[in-house]
Amino acid sequence: MSPDLLKFIFGRLGIDSLPFHEPILVGTFVMVALGGVTLLAGLTYFRLWGYLWREWFTTVDHKRIGIMYMILGIVMLLRGFADALMMRAQQALAFNGSEGFLPAHHYDQVFTAHGVIMIFFVAMPLVTGLMNYVVPLQIGARDVSFPFLNNFSFWMTVGGAVLVMASLFIGEFARTGWLAYPPLSNIGYSPDVGVDYYIWALQVAGVGTTLSGINLICTIVKLRCPGMTMMRMPVFTWTSLCTNILIVASFPVLTVVLALLSLDRYVGTNFFTNDFGGSPMMYVNLIWIWGHPEVYILVLPAFGIFSEVTSTFSGKRLFGYTSMVYATVVITILSYLVWLHHFFTMGSGASVNSFFGITTMIISIPTGAKMFNWLFTMYRGRIRYELPMMWTIAFMLTFVIGGMTGVLLAVPPADFVLHNSLFLIAHFHNVIIGGVVFGAFAGINYWFPKAFGFKLDPFWGKMSFWFWVTGFYMAFMPLYVLGLMGVTRRLRVFDDPSLQIWFVIAAIGAGLVFLGILSMLMQFAVSFLKREQLKDVTGDPWDARTLEWATSSPPPDYNFAFTPVVHDNDAWWDMKKRGYQRPLMGFKSIHMPRSTGTGIILAGFATAMGFGLIWYMWWLAALSFVAMLAVGIGHTFNYHRDFDIPADDVIRTEDSRTKLLAGAK
Amino acid sequence: MSRLKILALLPLAAALSGCNYIVLAPAGDIAAQQRDLVIISTVLMLLIVVPVMALTVLFAWRYRQSNTSARYEPDWDHSTKLELVIWSAPLLIIVCLGALTWMGTHLLDPYRNIGRIHAERAVDQSKAPLDVDVVALDWKWLFIYPDYGIATVNELAAPVDRPINFHITASSVMNSFYIPALAGQIYAMPGMETSLHAVINHAGTYRGFSANYSGAGFSGMHFNFHGLDDKGFDAWVAQAKSAGGSLGRAEYLQLEKPSENEPVRRWGTVDADLYRLILNMCVETGKMCQSEMMAIDAKGGNGHEGLNNTLPLSYDKYARRGTVLGPEPVFVAGTCTPEAPQGQTTASIKAPLDTAPLTGAGLKRPTFAPLKSSSFFIGQRPKSDS
Amino acid sequence: MTVAVNPAQTGEPVFYLADEHPHPEGYSTSLGFWIYLMSDCLIFAMLFAAFGVLGANYAAGPAPKDLFDLNLVAVNTSMLLLSSITYGFAMLTMQQNKIAQTQMWLLITGLFGAAFIGIELTEFAHMIHEGATPQRSAFLSAFFTLVGTHGLHVSCGLIWLVTLMVQVWRFGLIEANRRRLMCLSMFWHFLDVVWIGVFTFVYLLGVLR
Repeated sequence: MSPDLLKFIFGRLGIDSLPFHEPILVGTFVMVALGGVTLLAGLTYFRLWGYLWREWFTTVDHKRIGIMYMILGIVMLLRGFADALMMRAQQALAFNGSEGFLPAHHYDQVFTAHGVIMIFFVAMPLVTGLMNYVVPLQIGARDVSFPFLNNFSFWMTVGGAVLVMASLFIGEFARTGWLAYPPLSNIGYSPDVGVDYYIWALQVAGVGTTLSGINLICTIVKLRCPGMTMMRMPVFTWTSLCTNILIVASFPVLTVVLALLSLDRYVGTNFFTNDFGGSPMMYVNLIWIWGHPEVYILVLPAFGIFSEVTSTFSGKRLFGYTSMVYATVVITILSYLVWLHHFFTMGSGASVNSFFGITTMIISIPTGAKMFNWLFTMYRGRIRYELPMMWTIAFMLTFVIGGMTGVLLAVPPADFVLHNSLFLIAHFHNVIIGGVVFGAFAGINYWFPKAFGFKLDPFWGKMSFWFWVTGFYMAFMPLYVLGLMGVTRRLRVFDDPSLQIWFVIAAIGAGLVFLGILSMLMQFAVSFLKREQLKDVTGDPWDARTLEWATSSPPPDYNFAFTPVVHDNDAWWDMKKRGYQRPLMGFKSIHMPRSTGTGIILAGFATAMGFGLIWYMWWLAALSFVAMLAVGIGHTFNYHRDFDIPADDVIRTEDSRTKLLAGAK
Repeated sequence: MSRLKILALLPLAAALSGCNYIVLAPAGDIAAQQRDLVIISTVLMLLIVVPVMALTVLFAWRYRQSNTSARYEPDWDHSTKLELVIWSAPLLIIVCLGALTWMGTHLLDPYRNIGRIHAERAVDQSKAPLDVDVVALDWKWLFIYPDYGIATVNELAAPVDRPINFHITASSVMNSFYIPALAGQIYAMPGMETSLHAVINHAGTYRGFSANYSGAGFSGMHFNFHGLDDKGFDAWVAQAKSAGGSLGRAEYLQLEKPSENEPVRRWGTVDADLYRLILNMCVETGKMCQSEMMAIDAKGGNGHEGLNNTLPLSYDKYARRGTVLGPEPVFVAGTCTPEAPQGQTTASIKAPLDTAPLTGAGLKRPTFAPLKSSSFFIGQRPKSDS
Repeated sequence: MTVAVNPAQTGEPVFYLADEHPHPEGYSTSLGFWIYLMSDCLIFAMLFAAFGVLGANYAAGPAPKDLFDLNLVAVNTSMLLLSSITYGFAMLTMQQNKIAQTQMWLLITGLFGAAFIGIELTEFAHMIHEGATPQRSAFLSAFFTLVGTHGLHVSCGLIWLVTLMVQVWRFGLIEANRRRLMCLSMFWHFLDVVWIGVFTFVYLLGVLR
């Protein structure tokens, strides 16, 4: 074939784009390929494709979509954590003239990918998954406001993840750090596909996230069951509402800033260039206007989870519900007034720096109030140390340290000596792992029995817990120490041998965390095998307080046979206390949304378009775009998106639950 | 304050012995004051963090399920007094910390001239501070001493107890200029200038580096900073002088090209205008300087004529690189004037300090004498030799 | 929504609704669409901010006063404003269930919109032909992106408008189509409001500067 034709078809993708020269990547690819082929063969052999397509891929059921989000998050956690292990190993080895085992070209991709994956494709899916699963149940709704959009959002997130994963084996990922500051990320200094992978992965996933945010806001505002006023919403629903408001009010900023960067890179505009009047500082400002709220997008739902867990396992009403709600709202608003604290050292004047420093500190007031609220919820309670509660206690002890170092970094003169140091790395891992990850694990252990009808195995859960907690402290306390020694982040080699011991300790810590992750996978496997032993038929294994525990585990497609009516914050607790009897007759047919494959198809085309744009395969990008438009418009011609679950089916489902409940007694 | 400092350092000291905690034990007054703020803020926050952690452990233990002797009040969920405490306690701490922040940020603003050498000694205003121009290159540091006419790569020196004024910029991407022993960091950014005012109090060799990731050679982008006594500094300057060589525009353009793990280099003389050209991104001949561009922009641009004022770009630090869908890369050409004929720049033309003679204020009005030659040439400048 | 189980006969609290009251289709749509518009508004806000920051960085090139033809822009603005009025007429006739008239007004709206896009493209082509390309200066980058994004939105609106006309033609003014027309109406007026911002902030203030 002529080179012109080849260039037309493959753009800048060539044989040399495939990383044959990187043994680590070739090895990984072989493993992934073998695993993938086995999985696909297994699915084919057991004839699961149809089942998966009908029941999962095309589903609009918020519960299944939530579960798929969680699976995505956990799968991506493995990838992101592999990157973490490689970084820790590299930094522990590269001393005394040794170059370690990663060349700069690879190492710089690893830390970029680690950050991007952990935030966008681990933390976000875990948080979104939990919100998706739990919120409609907590407010007594049958589904979200826009079920099709929910499915589409999920697949867009997957599309972004697919692009990031593709960069591992086709081409390369960005070598810019996870926020890709120009001028480094501009075409002159990053001419390769890495930054384009970054841009399009985040753009595709970002559309999904924004739509999912709109969806959940509408769900919470419009679909609450009768009696559930705003001030009777469970705290997790409140924090979800605030999180989704933050999403809708911040992700468009990310979309714009990445779009402008791609214009710079593709057509040579001058938004963030050094020359022609462009302003790289504007990028830094804009991306942090998104980036700081993003932190609260992740941590607010975790706060909600801890609130639910603390009050459930203390057997007590949540202390200071009202102040908890106001604290959440205050954090939501303040999170837009602090972005500059990420770059005090870029030369802003003292007044600007102190303004943003002080607003940052002010956020610690509502956060501190929350901490006290959890404390006083435990006070005069009867605390049961099940796994979710253990994670909560670990969170409370860990998060205050992270919060403290965070406020320290908000003091500009202190930030001048600690900015970009390993102290900063330790700080944000301290709050993200201690807050978001522990929160997600608390949530997983807490709601797993709701989703699957059996509890998670406590032994492996505790193994995972202790590995994680000790591993976390071993991995990150040394980084605080190194930060105080003036060691900066993202270094690949070191020449001061006295630092090595700390990096070795940190690497061992990372190894322990790895054992924690393995234990968690083990926990899932063991729990599945022992599911009969761990079974819960009551639907309320924890003696919990909110509405999601009022229905069966797993809940039926329609969530509640009858729409619940709420009289108290702790609705289910109130119902139990006042002798609520589950209705046994009078079931009617239920109106539900119908599954559709449009979401996955659209997201598939969006991903293909991203891939085409990354590799300059213009035909692919154009074709996918037109296809997206056609499928999207075609979808609007389908006016029959709902169906009724016949009353007979509802009766059958509810009767079987009645039998189960009778058997349990 | 110093007593407080020692108290706070006590527990730390035990844990920290044997290691080089440069951030907590710096050698420059600015860094020392920043260290003090780190410690005071930490102590302030510990006032609330320690009780919270203690209460967490205490409550977690006391109210465990098996302890049936503890009180259990499942419906107790509000106490106005407690609410008051839990909102006001953090608030009080933040008020203190906020006041401290406001003062500290202004006093330790890197743009601010320092007022003291160390806690017991004020700056002697009669002595000039040491000026150093810092340029972050890919991936090395260039230091220019305008007062001494010398330049070095990856080595910096300053006399003890003499204030240093750094002027900092970069050639291509963002870096951060950081010598932990001396003072906090500040970014080095292309086309922009930041500054840092600091002083070193103890002689010694300290580490300086870039604290912001800037690409493949980032790990090797560090240098030694020597705090020297006056005699030692003079010897160091003499050493650089004796190294000979001259750093001009051509040499700089060679130096600017990306390289990793650069050894120390010295130049005995340096183009006096070089730093300003670097800052204004017009070291390449013919390129319009940012200062000129901004002056033109401030007057409303160059109009339609400005559209043709670009030339094809042949050199862009790494290579000549355009975008896939955009046009060929160009740069804005410097305006050609008699003082700076084609091929040079106007960057070196300094505005006169006293503009009165130019505006004509107070001068006699010149007498009108019509040109004898053809009116065709009226208004045209005499031909220069460009 | 009524709480309908044995109200108060027994004094027992009511914990569920015996009768299913499904939310009508499209119950959340207008709220959802409003939130979407606000997120879109934020996109424009960012582009306005970028223009605010970069709008005077001409890179020794041309400034707004050298490039903008206010007469043309005034004509263009009137096209968009008129299209908003005619969309309003379409909504009024929709309320009266007059399909043909609704379609006619939609068609007129579409023509005005297309004229707007046409004029804008002419303006762009003229500027690029002169050499005032988006690459020439940060001001021009920000200008083309802000105005271009608005134009892209109007183009999407046109595609949507045509789709809806087909749907109204095929299925009539059914509830779902009315809802969609309502959403497009919000979208169209929103773009009008944004354009007023563009006209004032970019063109008028630009020429004054």
